[in-house]
Amino acid sequence: MNLGGVLFLGRRYLGRNRVKTSLLVAAFTLVWLLPAGIALVVGKVESQLRARAEGTPLLLGQAGSPLELVFNGLYFTKPAIATLPYGETEAIVESGLGMVIPLYARYTAANHRIVGTTLDYFDFRHLTIREGRGLIDLGECVVGSEVAATNGIAPGDAVISTPETLFDLAGVYPLKMRVVGVLAASGTPDDGAIFVDLKTAWIIEGLGHGHEEAEKLGDGAKLVNPSGFGDDAVRLNASVVQYNEVTEENADDFHFHGEIADNPVSAAIVIPGDAKSQALLKGRYAKAGGLQLVSPEAEMDELFATVFSVQDLVLRLLGAIGFATLAIGALVFLLSNRLRREEFRHLRLLGADPGTLRALIAFEAGFVLVTSLVLAGLGLLVLQGIAPMLVRQLLG
Amino acid sequence: MIRCQQLRFAYAGDAFELRIEAFDVAAGEAVALVGPSGCGKTTLMNLISALLVPASGSVVVGGVEVSRFPLAARQQFRLGTIGLVPQNFELLDYLTIRENILLPFRLGAGAGVDGRSRARCEELADKAGIATHLERYPEQLSQGERQRAALCRGLVTAAPLILADEPTGNLDPENQDRIVSLLLEEARGIGATVVMITHDPVLLPRFDRVVDVLALRKGGRG
Repeated sequence: MNLGGVLFLGRRYLGRNRVKTSLLVAAFTLVWLLPAGIALVVGKVESQLRARAEGTPLLLGQAGSPLELVFNGLYFTKPAIATLPYGETEAIVESGLGMVIPLYARYTAANHRIVGTTLDYFDFRHLTIREGRGLIDLGECVVGSEVAATNGIAPGDAVISTPETLFDLAGVYPLKMRVVGVLAASGTPDDGAIFVDLKTAWIIEGLGHGHEEAEKLGDGAKLVNPSGFGDDAVRLNASVVQYNEVTEENADDFHFHGEIADNPVSAAIVIPGDAKSQALLKGRYAKAGGLQLVSPEAEMDELFATVFSVQDLVLRLLGAIGFATLAIGALVFLLSNRLRREEFRHLRLLGADPGTLRALIAFEAGFVLVTSLVLAGLGLLVLQGIAPMLVRQLLG
Repeated sequence: MIRCQQLRFAYAGDAFELRIEAFDVAAGEAVALVGPSGCGKTTLMNLISALLVPASGSVVVGGVEVSRFPLAARQQFRLGTIGLVPQNFELLDYLTIRENILLPFRLGAGAGVDGRSRARCEELADKAGIATHLERYPEQLSQGERQRAALCRGLVTAAPLILADEPTGNLDPENQDRIVSLLLEEARGIGATVVMITHDPVLLPRFDRVVDVLALRKGGRG
């Protein structure tokens, strides 16, 4: 057997028939890559979702889809879920059954979720400040590492919340927030979030606002005979410009109307003091019609039971398609070799021994198999690299 | 150069049987094999090239009895001793004309393609009038050009025995003459023995000897 001759002929044959070779390689690559890629991405999704869920004992939210509550409270997605009053979180704290971290994840800035919360959240998630400092004043924000990297943001810069309804003049105006800190990367959804104080989130919502003191304004800014209000009530008309940024000078002019306890939160992380407290809390909210207290870990178990059964079905289908593809590939190869019978006969006539011809066929088949395996491996490496981004996209 | 004695061969499941009492070709001789289709010309040529093994009798080429060779030795014998020119060109469509001509060097266990073999390839291609086509593929050449390329491949190793199986069968008279002239001139140049099958009586006078295979089978000596 002449190895040099085998490599030469094999290389030239594959090169001259590159369309056929490329199609076979592409088909075989997909056969290997698709099931392995799906398993990899699902595995990544599972490990990310479970890690976050396992680190969160309980989540309190408005009654509805428990999964949507988990996604909002843990991954800051599903912003449209029903909210619960802030007062409910205070009730748990007052009962002494556990610690509560309220979250309000509804608005966005530069395509990143703005998460209104308390300073307890940073300790709870073990988040550290990489640059700058933590939240102190109203109107400040701390951005995740990915937000800083993708937008080139550093302490001293500002981010502006995205208005929800562009053409609604009475709607929520964008709020310009000062960036005071950047979080160290944690490999979690916190990297892609913008954290503000809960009150700042409510200002974005329009529940709190700032403007010049009414006493300093002329009569033109006041409503004449506002119906339905008491004699001592002062109501200002639309000519009064509201502040769109909290500064040292105007911070005192920001205020909230209505009861703070009525303000909304989208979810609240509940950390029971002990097992008994946990049982009591679960019992309490099992009976409370309007609210739900869920265990994220249990929700994930349920979710992945479904995901895995679907994945199993998909993998079985891919296995069948893969087998068919390999069979067709083998058929193409056999038919191709049958068409080349004259060529092989002539090579033998010229002096090629049967071992050389077998090696030539094996080289060509091996090239397609090995190349497809290498490409599938590279594809898996790429998938591994972009898996976190894919997971975020999958989570919406 | 070639000595066949008491040769007998039959294809499995076929009534055809080739029996030849004696057939000799001297070194450097140019012999034309003639005879009607199916008379056994190609079978005789395949026995000489050790592609077929006789049921009995012997085939001696260059003093060596090739009919007793094991398989691996037969391949080496073909590569080292025989320059083959087939009827239907048998050029590999995925190789350029240059690569096709140099193919015997790729198949052997020797040094492969070197400067000397390349120079020989170009010299032959120049004589055959296909020097400008060396980087083309067989499909880009005419029938005559392809046959000349196949002839160059048969001659490139300067083998001591050249077996040509109707190399002019598909060609016009002008190309037939060109092919046979080149074959015989090159063979004489290197002192090679030529055995060529042909049906064309016009070409026969150019050979040293004409052997009718049908006559051989009837007990004649060639």
